[in-house]
Amino acid sequence: MTFTTLTRNVFDIKDLNLWYGEHHALKNINFPIIKKEVTAMIGPSGCGKSTFVKTLNLMINYVSNVKMTGEINFNGHNILNEKLDLVELRKKVGMVFQKGNPFPQSIYDNVAYGPRIHGIKKKKHLDEIVTKSLMNVALWDEVKDRLHAPALGLSGGQQQRLCIARALATKPEVLLMDEPTSALDPISTLKIEELILELKEKYTIVIVTHNMQQASRVSDKTAFFLMGELIELDETSKIFSNPRDERTEGYITGRFG
Amino acid sequence: MNTRSKFDSHLKELKDMLMEMARKSENAIKESINALINQDIDKSNEIIQNDTIIDDLEHEINNKAIILIAKESPVARDLRKIIVALKISSEVERIADNAVNIAKSTVHIGKEKHIKEIVDIPIMMNLALEMLSDSLNAFLSEDVELAKTCAKKDDKVDEMYGKLIKELMGYVQKYPDHINQINQLAFVCRYIERIADHSTNIGEHVIYLVTGERYDLNA
Repeated sequence: MTFTTLTRNVFDIKDLNLWYGEHHALKNINFPIIKKEVTAMIGPSGCGKSTFVKTLNLMINYVSNVKMTGEINFNGHNILNEKLDLVELRKKVGMVFQKGNPFPQSIYDNVAYGPRIHGIKKKKHLDEIVTKSLMNVALWDEVKDRLHAPALGLSGGQQQRLCIARALATKPEVLLMDEPTSALDPISTLKIEELILELKEKYTIVIVTHNMQQASRVSDKTAFFLMGELIELDETSKIFSNPRDERTEGYITGRFG
Repeated sequence: MNTRSKFDSHLKELKDMLMEMARKSENAIKESINALINQDIDKSNEIIQNDTIIDDLEHEINNKAIILIAKESPVARDLRKIIVALKISSEVERIADNAVNIAKSTVHIGKEKHIKEIVDIPIMMNLALEMLSDSLNAFLSEDVELAKTCAKKDDKVDEMYGKLIKELMGYVQKYPDHINQINQLAFVCRYIERIADHSTNIGEHVIYLVTGERYDLNA
């Protein structure tokens, strides 16, 4: 199966239910994710937002005792039903985690890791990808003189940008970000946010965040989850100025959650 | 547990400050009309001087609003509460300015005998005061329906304004030695009409506060 973009919606999630054993963690989720938009997921801990994001590249399959029903259509293909190449899926749907998690290798090898797995061997080609990916995350100028130094020697903010560069190196369509700045200082956080705004020119971005201002600054759409339900999904400007649901209002104004 | 009790108490303080300012403006208008009727120059001068108290209150409200925005990152209804407080304080300040304007007209007329007993102006003023009272009560209780009633009364005020101006202009030929008084009374009518407009605007701000939607009460 190949993934080609045919519709405006990169993802179209229909009636998605997910159980961890007996625990019903996602309840009848219907969620379109629009191409080249930033969609922010907000909600209290345990509301299902991270679980939801992990279903989009089937990372959730690594959790034992998970059962899912419904459809997760990625470019028109239901990834829950179709036999698919997970490596190919995750090439198209990259992921960045809460804390920068570079491999204990050089900066260069971290970024080249994905392309090598996908069969790119020529040094010139890899050099090109590494340079471009590092430029895309505004890290190039900071590391160009030490590409073969250990990635773990970078600062937290640089490590996180390296991980984004690593995700970009496989030319994904979608970038999933699970609280990508929660471990970073304010300046590194703003750099990542600037980066998100630049990256959305080319990529579709889904970001889980506990930082309301971050959601309001970087996203086009915001989704509020509560106890496994998608309570409200709307334009970010609408969610933060005049949400429809009282529970959304309560959460974003800090009255509960 | 209320997770934002301190913020909530600040929002309440902001509202209380605004209501205090509004009540002072309301009193200033009432006093300015009484002073006009009674040709009370001293009272009029007092109203003019006391306007700084209302101006100071507006600045305090603005400062508090700015600090709350800077420190609390308000969104949704919290943000609207603060923005609307800023907007209403500006309307209330201009209402108070009109009380000052009326007081100045009284001073300009001085002790010159009124060409006729002032009857209709207080009636028009009572209508405008009712509007102000309704819009402020609507703000206090966040009552959209009450806020909407301002529009109907505003039409009545506009109608009276037109009628009074016509009547006053009719006196120009009859009382050529009292042109200043006639002009000042016409100005007073205009000031009252403006007070009614500001009250209508307060009503619109209340509707925005509650619903998050813009509403033109004059449409």
